[in-house]
Amino acid sequence: MAYTPQMIESIRLVEASRERRYTEKHPRLSPAEKQDLLRRFHPDFRPDTMRPVKVGPSRGSMMPHELVDILEARSRLDPDTFPLDRIDYDVDVLVVGGGGAGSSASLMAHAAGANVLQVTKLRLGDANTMMAQGGIQAADKPNDSPMIHYLDVIGGGGFVNKPDLVRALVHDAPLVIKWLEDLGCMFDKEPDGTMITQHGGGTSRKRMHAARDYSGAEIMRTLRDEVRNRQIPVIEFSPAVELLSDGEGRCTGAVLMNLETKDFFVVRAKTVILATGGFGRLHVAGFPTTNHYGATADGLVMAYRIGANLIFLDATQFHPTGAAYPEQIVGLLITEKVRGLGAQLVNVHGEQFVFPLETRDAVSSAILRECHERDAGVVTETGQHGVWLDSPMIEHIHGEGTIQRALPAMFRQYKRFGIDMRKEPILVYPTLHYQNGGVEISHDTSTCIENLFVAGETSGGVHGRNRLMGNSLLDVVVFGRRAGAAAAERARSVKPGRLTLEHVRRYHKELDEAGIGKDRVSPMILPSYARHEARPGANSVVL
Amino acid sequence: MAQEMVRVFIMGKAYEVPKGLTIMKAMEYAGYQFIRGCGCRGGFCGACGTVYRMPGDYRIKVGLACQTIVEDGMYLTQIPVFPANKATYNIEEMRPTLGDLLKMYPELSRCLGCNTCTKVCPQELDVMNYMAAAMRGDIARTADMSFDCLMCGLCAARCPAETVQYNIAILARRLYARHIAPRAQHLATRVQEILDGKFDQALDEMTRLDRAELERLYNERDIEPE
Repeated sequence: MAYTPQMIESIRLVEASRERRYTEKHPRLSPAEKQDLLRRFHPDFRPDTMRPVKVGPSRGSMMPHELVDILEARSRLDPDTFPLDRIDYDVDVLVVGGGGAGSSASLMAHAAGANVLQVTKLRLGDANTMMAQGGIQAADKPNDSPMIHYLDVIGGGGFVNKPDLVRALVHDAPLVIKWLEDLGCMFDKEPDGTMITQHGGGTSRKRMHAARDYSGAEIMRTLRDEVRNRQIPVIEFSPAVELLSDGEGRCTGAVLMNLETKDFFVVRAKTVILATGGFGRLHVAGFPTTNHYGATADGLVMAYRIGANLIFLDATQFHPTGAAYPEQIVGLLITEKVRGLGAQLVNVHGEQFVFPLETRDAVSSAILRECHERDAGVVTETGQHGVWLDSPMIEHIHGEGTIQRALPAMFRQYKRFGIDMRKEPILVYPTLHYQNGGVEISHDTSTCIENLFVAGETSGGVHGRNRLMGNSLLDVVVFGRRAGAAAAERARSVKPGRLTLEHVRRYHKELDEAGIGKDRVSPMILPSYARHEARPGANSVVL
Repeated sequence: MAQEMVRVFIMGKAYEVPKGLTIMKAMEYAGYQFIRGCGCRGGFCGACGTVYRMPGDYRIKVGLACQTIVEDGMYLTQIPVFPANKATYNIEEMRPTLGDLLKMYPELSRCLGCNTCTKVCPQELDVMNYMAAAMRGDIARTADMSFDCLMCGLCAARCPAETVQYNIAILARRLYARHIAPRAQHLATRVQEILDGKFDQALDEMTRLDRAELERLYNERDIEPE
């Protein structure tokens, strides 16, 4: 038995109330109650989780402390002494990032005839794209249209999304599915070839395409295979640590660091595409995360130093049901489908405290209230808080065998840790899922910095303040492709520029003037979970 | 809180680590900062293939470091990268046949049927039998059976015939999806409509709507039943 005696004691209460809860409908929140709940508990609304950034083009904007900390930090390179006279790589298009956006960009730029170099911090394909399970949206069924998709995206985002980006997203969506189908991506299909599509949170049509529970992995491994087939040069374990500029506001390349040897390399490029992913591993507000090891916002830092705007970074998506136990999988995503099938959220006493299908932000807030204000959560032996997600209720409602049929991957995962989710509830806690905002871009992914393009989670605006399920896999491929095409096109008319760190010198001066110390260095590159340098709030081992 | 500890040997060096941790978190507890051998930390990316042995047992065991719990006496090392043969091809021009598979990976026919690959697969895939399907030219079956492959490389690392099962498998999946599975007709139709500019004007109009109008349309939109 995997649960501790204290947990089992609480599970008995969950079991005791199950029959009663079977017919009990927890009331939905009124709009006023929801606002109050969000204001008091959602990290986006808590003043203690954010502060205005003191320097740079978006000076004064509220952002999470963890992000401001790395924006208000020094470069790894000393602009006065770092030598830029030796060029190690001289290319048309430099793609920084090895995920779905970066790989799509490389393929398109290469197809357009550009001399491409792709660099990435870890391995090619090590990215959140690989982890996306749910699917990818596209309005390709007869009862659907790009206009209906547009409404869903902008309504989900709080009506503040950038319209030209939403237009690009929904316009290109079917083109992207076709592109992937042509590349040999194994989408779920009916025997006649019709795409099997489902609803997702906030969709008004069934337009979620999937590849079993491995949608992102299937897309990523196909793109990766194709990058290798085209023999596009890729340098792994070599993150960019700074962009280069010509001193007159144009981007002209980047400096890479070999993570293993710590040697630096200079890349001169006519155009640069940043596709470095989001900030999950900053553990905003101390939360665990569903994100990949490398999601440390490096692209935000580099783009900001060279002068690009950052938008919507005060909006972070928390998924209400991340695993809270066992320790090995803390932060891992428990799909919304579990609640969809009837599993209720229950506190340590076996009582419901929220209608399980409120919006993600509201459910997250209710769990936080239960754990931290009402002190009615469960605390594990490693100090992790959580509430019960009563999975056995699924089979109580739909009959035996439902869980293995509908949630096979999750059933196997818990089984591996000695938990039978058909018979025992599972422990959950909100987990940091997605960076809604990012670098401001136009529909061709260009930025206010000439010759710098940004695609994927590093960029912001397309999802407004809240992204819908199935629109991030779409985002990375749509804007990755656009970035590759636009950067290759631009490179045709650009002459290689001067290589300087002038923008870093100016940025450092701004930091000095704002009275910011010299102790912080960024980009972070990798989170520190090694025990001798444990970071407070990170989901490392707590003893 | 008093913590029960176990002793593990990381690349030959002994460390005391708390019981119940994954290999990945145990290595971090021991002070390792991963560069290689760590990826998604959730069992999807195959970056953290690990080989280990238990005391008194001659057998080699394997697992993903992010998914495998440490045991007392575990003697482990990671295999973060394996030098595997990867063919380059134009998927569009290939045919989904045994002949074309063998052209790319002639070593496929060297498979001895020893079943070591199946025994080491951390995803519990029946690797040997998807290879057997490939050798029969049953591309669809290879694609289906290998679908959950993370490409961690452990099978190839242990293969006495030096085949690279996961690279053959991804070729089979791409051949299946490109050349065997029927194309989605509704998708082709929609793509043509988009290329013809059928939605351009309507989309342009939507980008000019003010918030109140968007909210009205959003709230009044009909929702396809489950």
